Amino acid sequence: MREVLVISGKGGTGKTSLTGAFAHLDREKIICDLDVDAPDLHILLSPKILFEEKFISGNEAVINQDKCQSCGTCAEMCRYEAISFANDQYLVEPLRCEGCKVCVSFCPEEAVEFLPRYCGNWFVSSTRFGTMVHAQLFPGAENSGRLVSLLRQKARNKAKEEGRNLILCDGAPGIGCPVISSLSGTDLAVVVTEPTPSGLHDLMRVAELCSHFKTRVAVIVNKFDLNLEQTSRIQDYCRKNSHELVGNIPHDDIFTRAMVEKKVVTEIRDSNMALMVKQIWEKITGLL
Amino acid sequence: MIVSIASGKGGTGKTTVSASLASVWKKPVLAVDLDVEEPNLHLFLNPEISHQEKIYLEIPVVDESKCTLCRMCSDLCQFQAIKVMGDTLLTFTEMCHGCGGCLAICPEGALSPGQRELGILSQGSSQGKISFLMGSLRVGEAMSPPLMTIVKKRMMKILEKQKADAIIDAPPGVSCPAVCAVMDSDLIILVTEPTPFGFHDFRLAWESFSSMGKPMAVVINRAGLGDNSVYQFCDEKKLPILASIPYDRNIAQAYSKGQVVAGLSPELEHKFSDLARALQGYDREAPYA
Repeated sequence: MREVLVISGKGGTGKTSLTGAFAHLDREKIICDLDVDAPDLHILLSPKILFEEKFISGNEAVINQDKCQSCGTCAEMCRYEAISFANDQYLVEPLRCEGCKVCVSFCPEEAVEFLPRYCGNWFVSSTRFGTMVHAQLFPGAENSGRLVSLLRQKARNKAKEEGRNLILCDGAPGIGCPVISSLSGTDLAVVVTEPTPSGLHDLMRVAELCSHFKTRVAVIVNKFDLNLEQTSRIQDYCRKNSHELVGNIPHDDIFTRAMVEKKVVTEIRDSNMALMVKQIWEKITGLL
Repeated sequence: MIVSIASGKGGTGKTTVSASLASVWKKPVLAVDLDVEEPNLHLFLNPEISHQEKIYLEIPVVDESKCTLCRMCSDLCQFQAIKVMGDTLLTFTEMCHGCGGCLAICPEGALSPGQRELGILSQGSSQGKISFLMGSLRVGEAMSPPLMTIVKKRMMKILEKQKADAIIDAPPGVSCPAVCAVMDSDLIILVTEPTPFGFHDFRLAWESFSSMGKPMAVVINRAGLGDNSVYQFCDEKKLPILASIPYDRNIAQAYSKGQVVAGLSPELEHKFSDLARALQGYDREAPYA
């Protein structure tokens, strides 16, 4: 079984629009949205949820005011400045609490409770392009890395069950924990970039991260015609670092028009773009 | 005043708005890049960097000769960063969140503080008038909030000394890094584009940040693209739209050359000056709070 991950470093370069189109083009796959923080793929694929489960991960500290003697040990020991004293009470600010249990362990009155954190939900759905595994972290929630690992495991199980040989994943922007969780064991990272200073800068960082995990990199330059000089800079960088260049896509609002219709770009009839994206997907599958 | 520029969806124009606002800001201003995973603001402000330092997280180092394998540390650790395997205490330092619990609880003094590099903090100034501060996460480091917290502390120090306002370029998303970036600001600007993806993530960001009770306002980028849902939502929630930047290939091209959008035309400069004035007029008792 092969796993392909579409990422970008910089946000908004076209990851999800392209992942949606690839999902349309390949029949033998499981689709997985690993951008659990701000997922968008479901907007294009209109999934029907078949299975839903709570994602409970980590804990948060809550001070039992009946037991608290206001000694201040918890606030003193908390490295995240999550415990403040106001109106004669010590209170944990949930957004700052890391769930490290230090306050729970050191409170001499055993006044700090440690409650499981309900961080979001995950789903298995059916779409017009096949089975999709996805999730939604609650706004402001933590543990996106753990949720990403969980989704990947569920996607692998689904693939085995359905006899699929490919898992196609839409990744998160950045280079932090959700992206790192997405990379381990991935066969190919398709990095979508754009010919801007940010596009190149962020491509270099995310490609370095991929190399760190020994994941092969294929690069798509979206909106390549916006700045041909930058595009050739990106291509030079890729050649020097042995990253595969799998295609250039022109700046075109057809992606947005498709999105407004809740379609992927390859479903728009008679467009050159559909053909171009198809050729890119063929190149990508040729690398697997 | 601290203004955060956030978005939910990536690539909607946070950095464009941050760079433009900083360049038209009338009062002393500190531009802060808190998108430590992919910091881009420096590519547009081109600051001269006068100070750089590596930032570390405190992690445990084991002195095996003192460890009695009592497991108090491994029982406390919530992140599987310290474990007894066979008859050895092992640390998995990349998992460590730096809470300091193991160091505090060890009854034998077998753990001492060590360091894991989180990234680099850079300070400087741009165009002689904008102070500049950024964090840049080490490639391979998974956790961005610890570095962001240290950059924010430095920001507070600089603001106190320079009596300046801060403009924070926040990371995309709505979970812990984004929340960490905006939680200490006085005002949050959500930059969105009127597309289904833009609107969906904008709404998540609004939900996520609403719980903090801070005033929020909206800048629409690539206006003219997509559909009406963002406008309807702002109308419903009484979210003021303070500026609207048109969908224009020339603007996209200027961005691709690293230009600050506010400097492209007198119209755009006015737009950002008006936005800056509107923001400077805000205070915590503003009607939208």
